Amino acid sequence: MITELGHFALILGFGIAIIQMVIPMIGAQKGWRNWMAVADPAATSQLILVGFSFAALTYAFVTSDFSLKLVTMNSHSDKPMLYKVSGVWGNHEGSMLLWLLILTLFGACASWFGGNLPDTLKARVLAVQSTISVAFYAFIIFTSNPFLRLQVPPFNGQDLNPLLQDPGLAFHPPFLYLGYVGLSMAFSFAVAALIEGRVDAAWARWVRPWTLAAWIFLTIGIGLGSWWAYYELGWGGFWFWDPVENASFMPWLLAAALLHSAIVTEKRESLKSWTILLSILAFGFSLLGTFLVRSGVITSVHAFANDPERGVFILAILFVFVGGALTLFSFRAGSLEAKGVFSLVSRESALVLNNILLAVSAFVVFVGTLWPLVAEMTTGRTLSVGAPFFNAAFTPFFVALAVILPPGAVLAWKRGSVAKAMKPMWAVLILAVALGGLAFAVQTGNSAMGPIGVILGAWVVFGAMMDLWQRAGNASVADRLRRIRNLPRADWGKFTAHSGLGITMFAIATLMAWQQEDIRTLNVGESFTIDKWELTLDAVDRVEGPNFLSQMGTFTVKENGEFLTTLHPEKRFYQVAAMPTTEAGIRNGVFEDIYVVIGDPQDDGGWAVRTYIKPFANWIWAGSLLMALGGAISLSDRRLRVAAGGAKSKAKANMVAAE
Amino acid sequence: MKRLLLAALLTLSTPVMAVQPDEVLDDQVLETRARDISKGLRCPVCQNENIDDSNSAISRELRLLVRDRLIEGDTNEEVVDFIVARYGEYVLLEPTKDGFNMILWVAPLGMLILALGAGFATVRRKGTASSDALTDAEKARLEEIMKS
Repeated sequence: MITELGHFALILGFGIAIIQMVIPMIGAQKGWRNWMAVADPAATSQLILVGFSFAALTYAFVTSDFSLKLVTMNSHSDKPMLYKVSGVWGNHEGSMLLWLLILTLFGACASWFGGNLPDTLKARVLAVQSTISVAFYAFIIFTSNPFLRLQVPPFNGQDLNPLLQDPGLAFHPPFLYLGYVGLSMAFSFAVAALIEGRVDAAWARWVRPWTLAAWIFLTIGIGLGSWWAYYELGWGGFWFWDPVENASFMPWLLAAALLHSAIVTEKRESLKSWTILLSILAFGFSLLGTFLVRSGVITSVHAFANDPERGVFILAILFVFVGGALTLFSFRAGSLEAKGVFSLVSRESALVLNNILLAVSAFVVFVGTLWPLVAEMTTGRTLSVGAPFFNAAFTPFFVALAVILPPGAVLAWKRGSVAKAMKPMWAVLILAVALGGLAFAVQTGNSAMGPIGVILGAWVVFGAMMDLWQRAGNASVADRLRRIRNLPRADWGKFTAHSGLGITMFAIATLMAWQQEDIRTLNVGESFTIDKWELTLDAVDRVEGPNFLSQMGTFTVKENGEFLTTLHPEKRFYQVAAMPTTEAGIRNGVFEDIYVVIGDPQDDGGWAVRTYIKPFANWIWAGSLLMALGGAISLSDRRLRVAAGGAKSKAKANMVAAE
Repeated sequence: MKRLLLAALLTLSTPVMAVQPDEVLDDQVLETRARDISKGLRCPVCQNENIDDSNSAISRELRLLVRDRLIEGDTNEEVVDFIVARYGEYVLLEPTKDGFNMILWVAPLGMLILALGAGFATVRRKGTASSDALTDAEKARLEEIMKS
């Protein structure tokens, strides 16, 4: 019953979305207030209806209602509660419903917090947002209905893919979708502004918080996914340049570019058409990512050809929205006259360079991801584009980005001087190179990657600190510290996010350069030494989990002869899905992780054991978290709190009217 | 009974782990080369995994094959060619740089040059617009003022 109500709510929402797509748009065109006003209650009721629909599906999963086809295929009564809930979005239909839920959530938020927007702009934004919703309602209802019943319900379900039964991955999709779908707001604002024909500093100020929020969620989502890969897949890899990863990475890169170009539009009323174009492209890449992941076209062209219905539908959505927006853009871009002027050496130019590097790096990921498809369709060759290509073609862009970041971030607006910007940075550069030299001296071997990572990381992090220090002006140390504390949140956000980037780059380079590995056969009771750690295999036990059987090793780890910790790597077997998984035993340390994996019993009675020492592994995610935190701090800045600026301008408008 | 079943399940159904201890060559130099080669070869049945990381049975066979060829005295290129000849271009994680694929390898640099050119043009245009020099009309007006 509840299931049918959920289904009904979804269809009702579809109807309301169509109304919200049409009525406010006409109202804005004709200047009819009551027609425009339809958008607000419509956006809120859409959220309530889709929210109810989602809750109904969740209820079916939680109560293990196996009369639902989706529950049968993706759940099992023995599954822990957390994974019953996360099972809702651990499949195609449910994840699309989650996508729609978030889409309506953002629409409702725009309605609730957009009080200070001009009426026509707000009506158009909500109408465009609803147009996207309509497409996804239709997609779900016509091709991916999660509410289908089974004629004969089975006694139990087929369980969720065991790899997905993990806390890291349970929350990975919601964050990723919040990011993907959050970019729809930037898209809606861009299209609404194009229809309106007006882009000014105020517009950029309204778009930035939404983009920032989306980017924060994307950062967290990608970080969670990479962290999951690190501890779950069994060899401590954290990024594979897999098409599915790339699908989320491209919107992240473009959102990062958009954040920076919107600053220029907001502060200097320049780069308007580029900011609009980026808003369209960033969401376009979100849709492209959805298409790549959901259609299965990347795993195999044949998988796509066998069940083309869904893929073609998303492809159509992609073409209609991106194509339509770009057509509109080509008509209107000319009328977006830029006001702010700036010289070749200026903060604006530095941000243009930042945008070029980010956009071209996104293009590299795009070409590499789609190349196998292009090659197969044009020449018939089946080939692969893997990590070696991306490492070679993508990395230089981020190295360049790190090199220009510290001086670029302190260059003056409008007209700057490189010598002046570099003046405080020379000390930072010397420090960074000295640290790199130290790293080169103490490392074993002659690899350049580790020291370069140290130099770049230190350059970016200490450069961000120097920026903050300079902002405090000339004063005593105590005065400076007080002033730094009182700097606007936007400055603190910039410092935190840039430091996070530096830390992540440092960690990736040093982990890849200085990782140690040991593979051996070990009998119970035997020990071995790796670097300064001695590991002893104490026991291998059979353990029974809620829905899996496990072969669990117990290792005692000693550091320089003293007891450090006990590790329990596992090899699990999930009976229902008939799938094995590895659970590594990891000792998370500040300077390195000790990462142990236990394998199969060997013929001579021992166990296959792989051990890694992974330096600075946690710093990768600490850096990502700092980037997200920096975004959040910046988001809390007064300037971006939508109401703050709006109330003032409204008051001003009232005064003008009164006069 | 349950134990027995569990033991059977664990040993029979689990695929072998990536790089097993018994695969590792005694010769350090050869082993390092084998690892390097393995990292560039794609497991034919997995999703975007190299044979060095992969758990699949075929990856183990390929790893052993790589080591056999190395012991026979093949160079790295010969080993890779040997495997490509049998499993196709698909196993190369780093696409070749010939013919049509050249587009892929040139695209990043080409796009960067294009973008830099476009960016430079935009910035230059802004730069000239921002020049403090007076326009001809302004100069004429200034002269008028100065004369009077």
